[in-house]
This record gives sequence, C-alpha cells and structure tokens, in this order.
Amino acid sequence: MSDNLESFRAEIAEWIAANLPADLKGIPHDEDAICWGGRNWVFKSDAQRDWLERCHGRGLTCPRWPTEYGGGGLSRAQEKVLRDEMVKAGAPSPLESFGIWMLGPALLHFGTDEQKATHLPDITAGKIRWCQGYSEPGAGSDLANVQTRAEDKGDHWLVNGQKIWTSYADKADKIFALVRTDRDAPKHLGISFMLIDMNTPGVTTKPIQLISGASPFCETFFDDVVVPKEGAIVGTQNRGWDVAKYLLTHEREMIGGGGGGLTAGSSLAEMIGTRDALVSEDPIFRAEAMQLEVDAMAFGLTMERYKDMAESGQGVGDASAMLKYYGTELNKRRHEIIMSARGLDALDWDDGAAAPWLRTKANSIEGGTSEVMLDIISKRVLELPSK
Amino acid sequence: MEKLVDTEDEAMLRDAARGFLDNFSPVSAFRKNRDEGRAFDPALWSEMGQMGWAGVLVGEGDGGSDMGHRAAGILCEEMGRTLTASPFISSAVIAATTLRAAGSDHLSSIATGETLYALAVDEGSKFAPSRTAMEARADGNAFRLTGAKAFVAEGSTANRLLVLARTSGSAGDEQGLTLFDIDASRAGIKQDSVETIDYRDFINLSFDNVEATGDDVVGDVDNGLAALAPGLRAGQAALAAELGGLSAGIAAITLGYLKERKQFGRHIGSFQVLQHRAAHLFAEIEVTTSAIAAAGRALDEGSENAALLSSLAKARATQTAKLAVMEGVQMHGGIGMTDEYDAGFFMKRARVGAEWLGDYGHHAAIVAAHRGL
Repeated sequence: MSDNLESFRAEIAEWIAANLPADLKGIPHDEDAICWGGRNWVFKSDAQRDWLERCHGRGLTCPRWPTEYGGGGLSRAQEKVLRDEMVKAGAPSPLESFGIWMLGPALLHFGTDEQKATHLPDITAGKIRWCQGYSEPGAGSDLANVQTRAEDKGDHWLVNGQKIWTSYADKADKIFALVRTDRDAPKHLGISFMLIDMNTPGVTTKPIQLISGASPFCETFFDDVVVPKEGAIVGTQNRGWDVAKYLLTHEREMIGGGGGGLTAGSSLAEMIGTRDALVSEDPIFRAEAMQLEVDAMAFGLTMERYKDMAESGQGVGDASAMLKYYGTELNKRRHEIIMSARGLDALDWDDGAAAPWLRTKANSIEGGTSEVMLDIISKRVLELPSK
Repeated sequence: MEKLVDTEDEAMLRDAARGFLDNFSPVSAFRKNRDEGRAFDPALWSEMGQMGWAGVLVGEGDGGSDMGHRAAGILCEEMGRTLTASPFISSAVIAATTLRAAGSDHLSSIATGETLYALAVDEGSKFAPSRTAMEARADGNAFRLTGAKAFVAEGSTANRLLVLARTSGSAGDEQGLTLFDIDASRAGIKQDSVETIDYRDFINLSFDNVEATGDDVVGDVDNGLAALAPGLRAGQAALAAELGGLSAGIAAITLGYLKERKQFGRHIGSFQVLQHRAAHLFAEIEVTTSAIAAAGRALDEGSENAALLSSLAKARATQTAKLAVMEGVQMHGGIGMTDEYDAGFFMKRARVGAEWLGDYGHHAAIVAAHRGL
C-alpha cells in the first residue's frame, strides 16, 4: 500500500478518534440506529446529530462525491481505508439514504449542473430524504411495464398512477420515480426518470405491513399530481430506462454486499449467540454452518475482488448480478441456520431473530429477483441463446 | 492485501501460459498421454523448466524465477483449464516451498526441473498428516524408516522424496513427526503401482528399514509438521487454483455445447432451466476464483491468514469443481458419458483433486474453527 494511503489512514483514524461521540462508539448496527436525515428527521440523540454534522463537515457522508456538493472527493482506495477505520473505531455510519445510494450516483452520471447543485448538497447534509418509485402492481420483475403516466401539460407534467414497494415513502421528502411519458413508444423507450416532491398535493402513501411485522414499504398514489417541468427529468426524456438500469446495478451491488474482505460482517457464531449443547453437537447444524462460513468468507473476498476490478478499470457490468444473487441467497441461508440454532427461543418475536430472518426473504426479491439475476447472467454474461 | 485482480505482470504471465498451453498442452495432449500410458510428457516439463515455471518459487540466487505463489496459482489455473499433467504442484510448489523455508541446497535442481520431488505423507484413505504411523527409528546417528505411504503423487517418476515419519509419540500426535528429504532410489523403498482414475502418476510406497541420516532431516527432528506446513499450504492453494481452472475449463466447454446443441428445434442453451444452472455455476466459479486469488496473495505477503485462506480456497475449489464436472456431464447428456469426449477427464481429475491434500470437510473445519464454530 502506498505511503499516501498510509498517511491518509493515520489522518482519518485521528479524525475519527477526535470526533466520534463516545455515546455512538460500538453502537449496534441495527435498523433503529440508522440516521436517515430529512425534513422531518428527529435525531435519536445529540450524539447522532453531532456525528452527522461533523462527518458532513469533513465530506464523509458521501466520501467519493465531489467536494463542491459536500462530498469528500476521496478515491475508492481512500474510501476503503475510511470504512476500515470506521469499523475499527466502532463508528456507525453517519447517514444512510436512497439519495446517497441511488439518486446521487444517477445525478452525478446523468444530471445537469443545475440538478446536481439543487439536490446533491441536501443529500450530503442529510436535509432531504429520498425514496425510490420503481415497482408497480403490474411492473415487478417486468419493471419496464410501468404504467404511471406523466402527461405533458405545457409548463408541467400531470402524474397519475400507483407505485408499490416504495421503501419508506411515508417518511421521505421526495421521490425519484419511473413514469411513462410516451405511451406510444415501445415500453423501454417511453419511460422518464422523474423527481417529485412528496409534499405535492395528490401524493399519498400507505404503509404495507410485512410478514416480519415491519412496514418499511408503502404503496404510493399519484392523483393529478402537478410537477413543474423545470429540472423534473433526469437524463433524456423517454430514456429513463437507461438511468434505471444504471441504478439497478448500484442497487444490486448494495444489496448483495454489506462490505467485503476476509472478516466482513459478524460470524455466524456471534450472530447465534449462546447455543444449546444439543445444537453444537448436531451434525447437520455443524455441516450447514461450516458450509455457510466457507461460502460467506469467499463471498466477502469476491466483493473485494469486484471492487478491485472496478478500481482497476475492468468493467464489472452485468456480472454484478452475480453479487446480488449470491449475496442475498447466502443471507437467507445464514438466517435459516440462526433460527434453527436458536430453536424455540427464536419463535418469540422479542428474541429478535425472527424479524431479520423474515426480512431476508425479501433480499432475493427486491432490486431484481434471484431468477432475474440468473437471467441477466445467462443472457448478458454467458450469452446463451434465446432460441 | 494487494488487489485481488491480476497485476500487469500477472496478466502477461497468464496470457503467455494460456498461449503456450493451448498450443502444446490442450486436452488432446492429455488424452495422448493417457493412451500412451504416461502420466506426463517429459518434453513439456522440460519446456516449463526453461520458461521458469519449475523455479517459480525458487529464489533467483538458486536459479529460480521467484515469481511467487500468486504466479504459481495463475499457472495452475491455466494448467487446470487444459488438464495439463505435470509434476508442478509436487515439485515446483510443495517441495520448493518446504525446502526453501528450511534453507535446503536442493533448490537449484528443482528450478531447472531436473530433480523431481514427490511428497509421501498419506497412509490411510484420508489426508491426516498427524496420523502418520511410519516409524523412523533412531539408529546411532541415523534413522531407519519402516512403513507404508499411500497415493504418493509423482511417486514413480520422482527422484527424491519428502517423507513424513514418526520419530516419537504415536499416530495422532501432532508432535513427534520428522520430515526427511531422501533419494527415491534408496535401498528398501519399494514401489507398488496404482492405476488412478485420473491417469496421473500416483503410487504406493513401502519402506523397509530405509536409512536416513541427520543430514536428510528437513527442519527439526520431532517437528516435521512445522517443517512441512509452508509446503502444504502452498500446495493446497496451488491445487485449489488447478481445480478452479479445471472448473472454468469444463464450464467453457459446456457453455459451448449449450450454444451449439439443438433439441426440440432450438438450442438447448435457450432453455431457462439450463440457463439458470449455467448462471449458478458461473457464480460459484466467480466466488471460488476470489478465494484462490486471496490465498496466493496471502502466501506471497506472508500473512497470518495464509493457512486459513489456503484452506478456504481448497474447500471452495473442491466443491465448485464437483459442481462444474457434474453439470458438465449432465448438460452434455449421453456424449458426456463417453470416453471419446473430454468431460470425463475433468470429472476424474476433479475427484482426485478433491481428496489430495485434504478434502472439503478437512478444510471447511479449519475455516469454521477460525470463525468460532
């Protein structure tokens, strides 16, 4: 590793030590501890607010984004060092959001200077919370079949339709949505990627209760929603599918991932906690757990290798579908083993194992099902014939 | 850790190796060796020596090319693709690494490829060095080796042997083993040929009061496992790389078949059930490839994780190769079952590779122990 990276490591470690509020050190990485930001965000503690502000001041909420938008301007290698040091220091992520994961990368790639200047600083500062409006009741795996319409009314678009599985739509300030702007074009060529304020009259949301008991997803309805044209569409009108495809790749890497490297994530033994002797002696448990750890460790290295490939300028492209497929299937296996190892204890909601177990079942559905990932690999990577 | 993608030098080495092997050692060359009853082609091995492959892990001072473990892994991946048979892993990897760690003076003849080493460890049906029972009885300043070794790779062609034998304690003890480096022609060594399923050179050896001197000891007396450890790790990583390459090789052949074979008036590769299985296999191969690269890096960097990652790579590669050859034969249908077609060669070598130097369970247990299971 170069001297530059090593001095950066020292510098960032020192900064974290000086700025991480003591109350946040070693805080568990569960859903409740996440800082999402947004207009209506209520900080869980002063420490959470301080940490966000300090990290934002240093450009660390979006480490690789340009500094002019509140990013850190770091290289991939530096970002990795930053993440390593954050983990080492027991520091939580200062801010998470769909703005960081998805809209930001889309704007950086497809947005106009005005769009970037309008939206990116609010994302890096945690001022605006975005949600993603892709799926519809009739457009799941067949996403290009979206029917939500945006009619051209001169100075504005008039949007009507319904989205589903909109994560945290009820808490979000704005939505980036795929809407049909040309009903006569072939289905992939009539879609635009549109930015809509959730406060606009006619936008309503309704949470969907899931099998895990949580309601992270909503139905989102658009009834005669007026969207001023200025800056509403990201990329070219009717070519929103290109933006969506670009972002799906990002999403896949994110869902499949959860970090890389040899010791990424908690070990299965840690996640199970105290276990009955009968479990430890169970040969089936042992075999499944051992296989899981072998595959999980190799997958962690694969995340790292794919990052290295991207960094070296070798395209990863459609092969990222493999990360999404493998990572999510692995996660489902992991939680099946945990549930089995915890036995009757895990059947009590209060035990805390059941909700994550159920949640993982969505991993291989959201962002493209495992079956769609296998289709992508077979058609685009392996180039298998269609007839 | 150094990046898990090939460096420029490594990419050049891979290209050169692939070009060479496609020309001089395609799978048809393996078939020819098989048909002519030889485990490998000495002329090819001699070429490999000249290209610096035999000395890949030998220092430049001893005439080696000293390219390192990741480079050895790349060569193994490429050799695995075409089922190239050679004493590379036994001699250029296991023996070279073991003897280099011990400061032996036999390294230069390994680097030229003139001296061929075989590793004589296994005695039972499973890899378990600590269960070595072969006796090395102290006899004045020397030792007398008596016992049997099973399934010694390159055992009939090697002119030197690394032999693990017991100088104290009893079978199962980690301590009390000593590693010897002796001439294969020493009096009292008897060869008993084995016709292995992969048509490679494996042999059973019996030792009857074979003399070994103090000079023949590698490392310290009673501490043979420690002396052998670097070589075993390197060998496991290299074999994992060979199995990774083998998996990619049979997968490529199978993909070609899916794109060409027609049934029901369409290419069988257009059937989603086969597409998804091919895509799953791709995913498994990708994940295994990462473990193989990481093992090579860790060995080169002298990382404390080198043993763990070698075991991880061997565990993954064993399972992936099994899947690849099974899918390979199944997707080919009847033709895959014929001797005339190459798929069976891949299947048989994968089975041998699965057992040699520790099976899936052996290596998975090492990984799991590291993760507190």
